Amino acid sequence: MTRKALIEKIGFTVLGLCALLVILTLLGILWNITSNGASVINWEFITQSPREGMTQGGIFPALLGTLLVSLITVLFAVPLGMFSAIYLNEYAYQGRLVRMIRLSIRNLSGVPSIVYGLFGVALFVRVFHFGSSILSAGLTLGLLTLPWTITASEEALKTVPKSYRDGALALGATKWQAIRTNVLPYSIPGMLTGAILGLARAAGETAPILFTGAAFFIPDLPKTLFDQFMALPYHLYILSTQHQDIARVRPIAYGTALVLIALVLTLNMVAVLIRYHYRKKARMGQ
Amino acid sequence: MPNSVSNGTVLEMPGMTRSWRQFQDRSIRRFFQFNGLLSILILLGIFIILFKDGFPALQELGIGSFISLIWNPTSYVKETYGMGAMIFSTLMVTFGALLIAVPVGLGCAAYLSEVAPNWVREILKPVIEILAGIPSVVLGFLGIVVVGPWIARVFHLPNGLNALNGAVLLAVMSLPTIISISEDAISSVPRAYKEASLALGASRWQTLMRVVVPSALSGIIASVMLGMGRAIGETMTVLMATGNAQSLPHHFLDAVRTMTATIAIELGEVPFGSEHYHGLFVIGFVLFVMTFLVNLVADIVLAKYQEVER
Repeated sequence: MTRKALIEKIGFTVLGLCALLVILTLLGILWNITSNGASVINWEFITQSPREGMTQGGIFPALLGTLLVSLITVLFAVPLGMFSAIYLNEYAYQGRLVRMIRLSIRNLSGVPSIVYGLFGVALFVRVFHFGSSILSAGLTLGLLTLPWTITASEEALKTVPKSYRDGALALGATKWQAIRTNVLPYSIPGMLTGAILGLARAAGETAPILFTGAAFFIPDLPKTLFDQFMALPYHLYILSTQHQDIARVRPIAYGTALVLIALVLTLNMVAVLIRYHYRKKARMGQ
Repeated sequence: MPNSVSNGTVLEMPGMTRSWRQFQDRSIRRFFQFNGLLSILILLGIFIILFKDGFPALQELGIGSFISLIWNPTSYVKETYGMGAMIFSTLMVTFGALLIAVPVGLGCAAYLSEVAPNWVREILKPVIEILAGIPSVVLGFLGIVVVGPWIARVFHLPNGLNALNGAVLLAVMSLPTIISISEDAISSVPRAYKEASLALGASRWQTLMRVVVPSALSGIIASVMLGMGRAIGETMTVLMATGNAQSLPHHFLDAVRTMTATIAIELGEVPFGSEHYHGLFVIGFVLFVMTFLVNLVADIVLAKYQEVER
């Protein structure tokens, strides 16, 4: 083997090891959580409230709280993201203003989640008087996921061929009629994918809900949108750092982590499957 | 796409005059236009609210008191609002994370786009997506139960909650960003560059190192900047895994408390409207400006490379 070939072999091996390390990191994370968490998971764990200072019982209120807040998030962020994307892709003249908007979107996606938390406290909890509640937390998370829903919706709109729009316009439809009848129906799957990915992100976030509505422990389930709530990620944080008997609640913490990861990854998987399914369909249609 | 309102009559319904239709169309356009501007408004809104709620503290205490080292607004002896130690801690953990994530991430990206056979790529891509989807609180938890004990054992410490732990976790968090964006940059280097290099007798390794990577450099730099932005702003992992000691760290085995962790720990306990409350918004403001600048630079670098592409 020449020296050149040897160097190449070593170089590529090092690169391969980097990739292997990334794979092993993920497998290690999933293995650790699954192997330690699986033993506590049963029907009771999913459907019961915590008991005896959270050392017994299940995580149902936290699971419910996370689902409720994520629902508010999606109801708030997905329509706004859609409208915003429709403007950017269908109406806007691609000039300086649109460049500014895109720059803002990219920057919003880089704003730290705790800063969204501060913003949520100042705006929703204080100025709007929503208090520390499901609504405040959902809206805060909605702002956080907005950049993602805009981007996803825009990508969905971009997959609709220009001829669909032209066809409607040529028949005398107004711009909006063309969008409503010939563009939106074909971009729904893509937008749905974006919505589910947003849901997954919202379900896993902790920092923005710390002060906008998440609570340590509440005996009753929330009744209105203005109640505080328990949430899976916050519950995990509490169980692993704030509880007075950390060793005893460790199995429950593992179980919570497993349920959280399973929830987030399942949502991601569903989104990927939808995207895959419709891409295949679109390809066959052409 | 032309913005003209069409003048056709085919779809016109009885009782619906053309001017009404035009009015309707224009209102709908206004509606979407407003929504399009939302992102700018929200970004401005965050800036204004953070500034407005931080300003009373700056006014009362003076900017000078934020420039000192130690943050201790609840001291019985003398309240201090210095941000030096926490900014230093944030930067230390961030750079520690980049020291790990940049070589591994770039190696992985280069492997992915230049070396990996198809089936490996099919495995690696979803792995990176899943890694990006793992909630930060879960990583923080693993910092406590896995990484912490390792560090304690290796370095013979009573516990492993320190800057090194935070750096390891933040490296995992920023890896997906670094890999996916730099892989994009590397694989969009024109094929002709590679072919020219190979035709001149260079090996694939030489081509990668001396032709492909330099051509993709701005994209790679942008990926590192974006990863850095993520690391600076990350809250839960550092809150849970770095030990939260409020002093100036001397090395990576010291416990640190970052800017994000300070806000997360204290905002729940301060009385609304107190100097301390407003002080936390000052931290938030500085944090916002830091990440904004990092992202902006990444954006400019990225735009430049896309221009060159064209």
